[in-house]
Amino acid sequence: MEFMAPLYSAALRMTRNASDAEDLVQETYLKAYRSFGGFEQGTNLRAWLYRILTNTYINEYRARQRRSEIEDVEDVEDLYLYRRFAGVDGTVSPSAEEEVIGAIHDDAIKSALESLPDTYRIAVMLSDIEGFSYKEMAEILEIPPGTVMSRLHRGRKALQKALLPYAEATGLITPVSP
Amino acid sequence: MNESDDSTMSQHPMNATSPDGVDCDEAVHALYHYLDGELTDERRAVISLHLDQCAPCGSAAHFESELRRIVADQCTDRVPQSLIERVAAAINEEERHGN
Repeated sequence: MEFMAPLYSAALRMTRNASDAEDLVQETYLKAYRSFGGFEQGTNLRAWLYRILTNTYINEYRARQRRSEIEDVEDVEDLYLYRRFAGVDGTVSPSAEEEVIGAIHDDAIKSALESLPDTYRIAVMLSDIEGFSYKEMAEILEIPPGTVMSRLHRGRKALQKALLPYAEATGLITPVSP
Repeated sequence: MNESDDSTMSQHPMNATSPDGVDCDEAVHALYHYLDGELTDERRAVISLHLDQCAPCGSAAHFESELRRIVADQCTDRVPQSLIERVAAAINEEERHGN
């Protein structure tokens, strides 16, 4: 079934559990099947499926598992992780980069991503994992492109902050002067 | 992007402090759009040149793109065979009852 693997991965990141993810995927395909008449041939089928997935998640699952939606990233600067590993010359050596990136294994990424509030998590997933453009994301999420960019920007900062403990385990962190 | 792109305006001399006319704050600011492939060709070329010429910005761009690559690579899960069968059965059921 076309697109099921990425849709299932996305559903897992959204619901954070396999049983809800399976239900969400099944519901998405059924809704798509039922409303396929409303799908305009020649438009983006993948984006359309993600739109159904995202709406179904937000309307039917999110309420059930509501967590704290407050994630303050105002104090998190751009290039948050990078700046923590950059040496005095402002660069991260290729070997340090390899070590830091290598320390961020799949469980770390999944749990960091799953710790983000829904709006940030969904934006980061659609862009960084699924590779949708800002325009496609604006259509999937039914929000203006400017809102897409701001959620994505904040979401990426929040993700880097959540990944810091894993990257720190390398011991390569640049000490912050008091 | 909504940036005005009047070519007659962009003919004034480049910033003397930076040979490529882009400062690092500007490059970092554009970096996410650059990595997202959301810059115009012209803007992309300007930022790309800066990243090639400035070691800290180039290093940061490499780090960010590697980070993004592993995030994408490691968030792919195997679909359980039971789910594929379940969805196919549900759609068959729908077909039999519907229309």
